Amino acid sequence: MPRIGAFVCWCGTNIAGTVDIEQVVQAVSEMSGIVYVKDYQYMCSEVGQNLVKTAIKEWQLERVIIASCSPRMHENTFRKAAKAAGLNPYLVEVANIREHCSWVHKNKEEATKKAIALIRAAVAKASLNTELIAKEIDVENRALVIGGGIAGIQTALDIAEAGYQVDVIEKSPSIGGKMAQIDKTFPTLDCSACILTPKMVDVASHPNINLYTYSEIESVNGFVGNFEVTIKQKARSVNLEKCTGCGICTEKCPSRKSKSEFDEGLRTRGAIYTPFPQAVPNVPVIDREHCLKFNTGKCGICEKLCPAGAIEFGQEDVLVTKKYGAVVVATGFDIIDLDKFGEYQYQNHPDVLTSLEFERLTNAAGPTAGKFIRPSNNKRPEKVVFIQCVGSRDVSSRGKSYCSKICCMYTAKQAMLIKDKYPDIEVYVFYIDVRTPGKNFDEFQRRAVEEYGVNYIKGMVGKIFPAGDKLIVHGVDSFTGDTLKIEADMVVLAAAAQAKPDAEVLGRKLAISTDTNNFFTEAHPKLRPVETHSAGIYLAGACQGPKDIPETVAQAGAAAAKVIGLLSKRKLVSNPCVSVVNEDLCNGCLSCLKICPYDAIAAKELATNNHGITSKRIVAKVNEALCQGCGGCTVACRPGAIDLKGFTNKQITAEVDALCH
Amino acid sequence: MIRVKITPNNKQSQLQYIREISGVNINKCIQCTKCSAGCPASARMDILPHEIIRLLQLGQVEKIFHSKSIWNCASCFVCTERCPRNIDIARLIEAIRLTIIRQPGKSKFKPDDVPGIIDDKMPQQVLVSGFRKYNR
Ligand SMILES: Cc1cc2nc3c(=O)[nH]c(=O)nc-3n(C[C@H](O)[C@H](O)[C@H](O)COP(=O)(O)OP(=O)(O)OC[C@H]3O[C@@H](n4cnc5c(N)ncnc54)[C@H](O)[C@@H]3O)c2cc1C
Ligand code: SF4
Ligand code: SF4
Repeated sequence: MPRIGAFVCWCGTNIAGTVDIEQVVQAVSEMSGIVYVKDYQYMCSEVGQNLVKTAIKEWQLERVIIASCSPRMHENTFRKAAKAAGLNPYLVEVANIREHCSWVHKNKEEATKKAIALIRAAVAKASLNTELIAKEIDVENRALVIGGGIAGIQTALDIAEAGYQVDVIEKSPSIGGKMAQIDKTFPTLDCSACILTPKMVDVASHPNINLYTYSEIESVNGFVGNFEVTIKQKARSVNLEKCTGCGICTEKCPSRKSKSEFDEGLRTRGAIYTPFPQAVPNVPVIDREHCLKFNTGKCGICEKLCPAGAIEFGQEDVLVTKKYGAVVVATGFDIIDLDKFGEYQYQNHPDVLTSLEFERLTNAAGPTAGKFIRPSNNKRPEKVVFIQCVGSRDVSSRGKSYCSKICCMYTAKQAMLIKDKYPDIEVYVFYIDVRTPGKNFDEFQRRAVEEYGVNYIKGMVGKIFPAGDKLIVHGVDSFTGDTLKIEADMVVLAAAAQAKPDAEVLGRKLAISTDTNNFFTEAHPKLRPVETHSAGIYLAGACQGPKDIPETVAQAGAAAAKVIGLLSKRKLVSNPCVSVVNEDLCNGCLSCLKICPYDAIAAKELATNNHGITSKRIVAKVNEALCQGCGGCTVACRPGAIDLKGFTNKQITAEVDALCH
Repeated sequence: MIRVKITPNNKQSQLQYIREISGVNINKCIQCTKCSAGCPASARMDILPHEIIRLLQLGQVEKIFHSKSIWNCASCFVCTERCPRNIDIARLIEAIRLTIIRQPGKSKFKPDDVPGIIDDKMPQQVLVSGFRKYNR
């Protein structure tokens, strides 16, 4: 029996509040193999770690049990401490008595019993632990950024500036994201295009950045340092190299029925189109669904007119496979569909707009060239009503339970933009609460009230009825308890922000998780906000949760720093907890090969010599660089020939036995 | 109007009764006022639906008991349908009415009165809800 030391952490009151530490220490000291037990308030602190190190030396400990929080949190911390004291780090075993015990129980007596049982299991397992040696693996020093909004743009620029190659994959024909659609930006009211487009050009011209627009992720294989990603470049039908961006084709295309995605459907575009004049790359795409040539075989006007001969109707989707050391997900967000909010007439009335449509309507480069007019009659509105929280903080099936975070600020911005140009227009904002934490944010919103005279009304709108050419807005002012009727000319709805509809699908390809609202989940809400639970995959921007531009850019920089840190290591230490095949027991059925999600198992031919007769047979072989130690193969193997180092069948059985004790 | 101090313990038993028979958690209300803003009967209410909930949160059931609003509520369920916090306001108001009606002697709508007011076109439902609502 090896000499085992156990360390029981209080985690302040996190554990000690629900688990009787004294009783645990007493019980553990009586377990077989235990030669030393110590409890401490914060085992992960320097003092705590030193307790472990000193005890390893003084008591010649051969195994260490840490009863504390989840191994996800601090296993590495204690492995390092053990290593520093001369013990192989894989001889450390963590018993999770916080997440698996104190946090989920209220009854102290029961929780204490469970904590003791969990430690007993860890002791049983640790007795069978063996020294494991980690190997080194190479790191591919190129990064992949998925999504070309401001988050992706900033991440790519930061990584490229540090000297690494970056590929950016953007689903739509141009990079820029939502920020390209926005008119002015809070809290400074500087023009969005003026601060964004130079960055877009930087991305396009940076020698270290390679753009794949109109492209998507097809599949992702591999692991940190060695991802293998297949990219689908959708057929653009226009040759990227030949096109000069003259725009003749987009002007002359006779198919004009499609709604412009960039202008939120407020204007139509041709079947061959560039989303907006400052698009990067400035090369059109053909929307094959609406192209006459693709639908009827006739037309081809663009091909005839194009002076560069760039139109290629015959293009097909192309798959490209490349290797990357790190991946950053920056796929952004959407606003919700308002079809469930019938009381606001969005579907029925052209003068009821979403916030994003409003951005296009006030934009100098927008469908009205910045002229502020009602879509229904092209006249300037006299009264405009903004409604905040449409679908936000809404726990019913129509909305989203969270606060969308950006709407209070952009609504104040939009209200001010109107008052700034047209002081005579009456502007009302209905709100539940005004939430403006952020540098200079509250001052910004107060300016709308105090300087611009925007009428803020604490209350909601219950219904809107069109009457003649007016929209009758029925609301309540909660301070006075008055019901209000406003004859408005335009209503702007601050629709809730939501995750991209395909986030979950992308998440599955990358093996990263999404939360209940489909936003990507960070590894730790406080301490690891840009990492995911998959090593080497990071998050930036609104794909992780609603965010404004300053926050998005800060997170993008942080993600880039993580990537640079990873790529700057030429070698990574691999996880030694990988599968091994016992060739004597393996019968070559290769069930393991089929089940392995990482393609880490291959067939190997083995020559055997049986009393002078040589014969050949097939056995499974594990590629240690690819194996992630998930253990799937060990349960698929009928003869029990494949085992996982650090989590052997014997160890698991010992744990279960100890729990049932 | 009498100014009342915030006394959450005031009328605890009635408040508890209203909570129990409605099954509604009044603490979920964020006072957005959407219920009142969409209420077709609000013109004849002295206390608006969102104010009813606020008063319940403050434990001031007495004010609600004396209001016209609970009897003028049309039970149309628009508030319930649109509340972003999934609060069944119509059901809550019904619970308040029942709390009053179920007290001894409070039910003033007598079956004997029915023949006098009934006509051919009156749907049965009106009588049923009439017994519920107009019997003070
Ligand atoms: C009406 C409105 C007004 C706003 N005004 C302001 C303001 O004034 N100031 C401010 O600070 N913030 C404002 N915001 C917030 C701002 O839009 C966001 O902070 C910002 O756009 C977030 O950037 P992002 O790159 O994370 O996401 P996005 O801008 O959404 O960009 C994501 C990009 O990824 C691409 N993508 C998505 N899925 C995939 C995929 N599977 N593969 C490849 N590419 C993909 C998208 O096509 C897009 O180009 C406003 C938002 C709205 C709705
Ligand atoms: S071929 Fe298609 S894209 Fe080209 S001009 Fe005709 S309709 Fe437009
Ligand atoms: S609609 Fe719901 S949340 Fe809003 S005030 Fe009424 S009850 Fe409260």
